[in-house]
Amino acid sequence: MRYILALLAALFLGGAAFAVQPDEVLKDPVLEKRARAISAGLRCMVCQNQSIDDSDAQLAKDLRILVRERLVAGDTDQQVEGYLVQRYGEFVLLKPTFGRHTMLLWLAPALVLVLGGIGAYAALRRRPPSASTLDDEEQKALEALLKRDQGA
Amino acid sequence: MLVEAGHFALALALGLSLIQFLVPLWGARTNDPVLMSVGPSTALAVLACLAFAFLALTVAYVTSDFSVLNVVENSHSAKPLIYKISGVWGNHEGSMLLWVLILALFGAVVALAKSSVPVRLQANTLAVQAAITIAFLLFILMTSNPFVRVVPAPVEGQDLNPLLQDLGLAIHPPLLYIGYVGFSISFAFACAALIDGRIDAVWARIVRPWTLGAWAFLTLGIAMGSYWAYYELGWGGWWFWDPVENASLMPWLAGTALLHSTVVMEKRDALKVWTILLAILTFSLSLLGTFLVRSGVLTSVHSFAVDPERGSFILGILTIFIGGSLALFAWRAPLLKQGGIFAPVSREGALVLNNLFIATACATVFIGTLYPLALEVLTGDKISVGAPFFNFTFLPLVIPLLMLLPFGQTLAWKRGNFLGTAQRLYAVFGVVIVATLVMLAFTAGGPVGAPLGIGLGAFLVLGSLNEIVTRSWSRGSPLSVTWRKARNLPRSAWGTALAHAGVGVTVIGIAATAWDLEGMDTLKIGDRISAGPYTVRLERVVPRQEANFREDVVTLRVFRNGNEIGMVDTMKRLYVTRGMPTTEAGIVTIGLSQIYASVGEVRPDGSIGLTLYYKPLVLLIWLGAVVMAAGGALSLTDRRLRIAAPAPARSIPVASVPAE
Repeated sequence: MRYILALLAALFLGGAAFAVQPDEVLKDPVLEKRARAISAGLRCMVCQNQSIDDSDAQLAKDLRILVRERLVAGDTDQQVEGYLVQRYGEFVLLKPTFGRHTMLLWLAPALVLVLGGIGAYAALRRRPPSASTLDDEEQKALEALLKRDQGA
Repeated sequence: MLVEAGHFALALALGLSLIQFLVPLWGARTNDPVLMSVGPSTALAVLACLAFAFLALTVAYVTSDFSVLNVVENSHSAKPLIYKISGVWGNHEGSMLLWVLILALFGAVVALAKSSVPVRLQANTLAVQAAITIAFLLFILMTSNPFVRVVPAPVEGQDLNPLLQDLGLAIHPPLLYIGYVGFSISFAFACAALIDGRIDAVWARIVRPWTLGAWAFLTLGIAMGSYWAYYELGWGGWWFWDPVENASLMPWLAGTALLHSTVVMEKRDALKVWTILLAILTFSLSLLGTFLVRSGVLTSVHSFAVDPERGSFILGILTIFIGGSLALFAWRAPLLKQGGIFAPVSREGALVLNNLFIATACATVFIGTLYPLALEVLTGDKISVGAPFFNFTFLPLVIPLLMLLPFGQTLAWKRGNFLGTAQRLYAVFGVVIVATLVMLAFTAGGPVGAPLGIGLGAFLVLGSLNEIVTRSWSRGSPLSVTWRKARNLPRSAWGTALAHAGVGVTVIGIAATAWDLEGMDTLKIGDRISAGPYTVRLERVVPRQEANFREDVVTLRVFRNGNEIGMVDTMKRLYVTRGMPTTEAGIVTIGLSQIYASVGEVRPDGSIGLTLYYKPLVLLIWLGAVVMAAGGALSLTDRRLRIAAPAPARSIPVASVPAE
């Protein structure tokens, strides 16, 4: 169900721009590979949760070209990302940085796993192991039954 | 006139649902069989009303009745008939109507299952079901009425969003909704058990087929949606960690956990409280998914305010049902008696581990999806949580789970022996390790993830096969005996093995995406581009006019290592009414692999931008999901047989009582 995605795509498909176009591709394959990797982690800000590498929007095209310009100018991957964050805010990163405001987000999986594990362990341990042991009378009855079965 | 009758039928269904809610509930409290028997008959009447309303709307669409606002906004007289029909649920109002229709359908099936469900449980369950129906009918009638007329009626409609004019859309939402809504039955049964304060293995036995059925449909629905996005959105991706996708993945994960915990409850009378909680959470996540998709809250926090009425209403429904059921849980769960004890190393222990990992994975998706919303509301900071985050957190949780799966599936109930289990698997393990090493050697220099992932997938498939083999074959026994034993294994054992093998198949497909290759260039007629061993040559570009769109058809000739293997068309379309361009990918399937061509810009000089992908084994991703669902269905045939024989089913827990 991607109605919203589809609707947004509909809204922003206006121009004749589509995801990475041949004329954008850099001559240097190593640089181009880096550009693709960086693009996959950058959000097309007018789209619904799409990276600029996937998006058909004009803004995504502009950003893709920008990323390549910076790379050609000799920036490192971190510098390119830093430049875009400076211009557009952290919103542009699809993988948020680790910081005070994202602490809970990043630690949540480990926290849930550890706390859940402790919880499950405690719940299983708390169960008295003697719950199913039989008292003397029942034990005798059981033995009698077993003896009868074996005899039969 | 029919439209007004449809509107009236909706209102009538609301009235009947009120009766279906109150009377059986009261009957169950006072133990009055007459009052309780009102439940099934009203459930059938509600279904009749909603089916009529849905039919009325469908007729309005098929006959292009542009005096109905909903039809005007989402249809066009020139649209093909199939998309006129699928357009009924291709919009907000219609899809909500489909939602309650499926809800009523499930209610009716529970109503008809007289022989297998105890009367009190059935009465309470139908009452809880009716409460959900009431809430959603109120929502439709007050905020999302599909039967609103428009005066004066326009001559022509605005057409359906072109991306949605596709066979995939015709099938995807109904499958997904059957899954979502199917979990409402597990939810209703859980609430009924809490209201009654009693729950046992019989309950688990009754609920399991519903969960299994809903899960199988949801699996197919998600796979269908994924494949639809793959071929329709035109850049060859199949999962985007989009919030709307996450909204369907969360109930699927919770439902998967629920399936496994219900097994423990059914077989060993343990994990009762957890199972009830999971049943509640699974449906809550389905409701949350509906809320996320329907309220527009995902696009941005602000778009929520654009249509606050609908958003607030669903939020209200969400609060009442999730809050209410959790309160009921907190109040009544301590009454439930815990049963069955087991050692940590046992099938039960493995299933607890399974639940822990799946629940954590589900929580990760949940937090990742909602965190940006919460952060923006609380601090105003805007961050994005996208695919890189989910791949980084989700995979480390799922991979160990999958690695342990074949062991868990082989462990004995109650008290297992890890060493013995490992021995039963050592042949499989050896084969997989050797095969993975060979693959690594042959693809040295390529991505390492692909061979490792394929090894994991193969471990799952062979581990499942091994489970069937070791359960039916022993050293020296003739083939005929083995075959008979294998055939006599319960269907659920076969279903389990098949579903787990399906997971393996999907894992192989996903791992193989690391081998994807792509080529991209601007082509003139006669030019070629390549991706891996495949080359395409641009043959011609022909414009074509269809009823509701015009398109440029780009014809490509496909070669493998220089030998021609066929032709394929890929289109760039312009839907005239909405002025919206779309691309139709050109896909050639070769075995389980595909070549995928997508047209980009068409230049004034007649040249076109073309991207060609080679996607080895890509079909396994969805094929695996189909195998999983088939496993679910196979297991279901086993259950249904047992459900149809209520007497032995009831006697089993009684027999197990003295042992405790």
